[in-house]
Amino acid sequence: MARVVVDVMPKPEILDPQGKAVAGALPRLGFTGISEVRQGKRFELEVAEVTDEVLAQVHEAAEKLLSNPVIENFTVRVEDQA
Amino acid sequence: MRIGVVTFPGSLDDVDAQRAVRIGGNEAVALWHGDEDLRGVDAIVLPGGFSYGDYLRCGAISRFSPVMTSVVEAAGKGMPVLGICNGFQVLCESHLLPGALIRNDHRKFICRDQRLRIENASTAWTSAYEAGQEITVVLKNGEGAYVADEATLDRLEGEGQVVARYVGNPNGSQRDIAGVTNAAGNVVGLMPHPEHAVEDLTGPGTDGLGFFTSLVERAFA
Repeated sequence: MARVVVDVMPKPEILDPQGKAVAGALPRLGFTGISEVRQGKRFELEVAEVTDEVLAQVHEAAEKLLSNPVIENFTVRVEDQA
Repeated sequence: MRIGVVTFPGSLDDVDAQRAVRIGGNEAVALWHGDEDLRGVDAIVLPGGFSYGDYLRCGAISRFSPVMTSVVEAAGKGMPVLGICNGFQVLCESHLLPGALIRNDHRKFICRDQRLRIENASTAWTSAYEAGQEITVVLKNGEGAYVADEATLDRLEGEGQVVARYVGNPNGSQRDIAGVTNAAGNVVGLMPHPEHAVEDLTGPGTDGLGFFTSLVERAFA
């Protein structure tokens, strides 16, 4: 088995209210060195084998379901099996 | 006319929408998310709520339900489709309408009476109104901020596809947009709830009724 990770993030120009809420909470807890937070989603997809065909499928799934291309960007990467 | 109201798992306002359809002088037909059969309806309402628990993104899972395959196909052939609140989110996720709805900029759920200005009174769902008419209906959502890229917003404004605007922006929606339509004018998405403003007893008035009488007026015009 191998793991493919899809990270989905709100596009830079799209307001991220959740990230702002987290950024607002950090100083209250004494974390003063963090100036901005953006919050996204991480999907861990288990696949039998990483092939070009599987990766193409993951890309299609990321574009069609895991992300909304109107408001989000995504990246796909194969996680090292340490 | 026979107007179908789809119930998804997590829909809340399907029964209110059916009631509004009947008060508007039409026959309400219950449709089920798991059934591709549209039961011969003339138009469709996708109601508000939290379909599939808003998992992943609001409307993202509903978009792939069996009924939506039929709705997308019928909308492409010109059938009037109205999406309210969660229904609007489903229409955006289905790419029947441009843009997307994200979390309110102030991060709070809003529930209040909301003033709107009808900008386009020539869609299948708004022809009972006058362009520029102001109405008060109910607004209740947490993820109601309408966003799209600048080019899309310019196109929507240029082509008259902005159906309604907020009078007093409640949630950070770009250009005060409360509702939009597709290029053909048969598909309309609206974030506030006209179906909760069809009777004096239980809402802020009857200003929402026009969304449910427009089809009849059009049919007999």
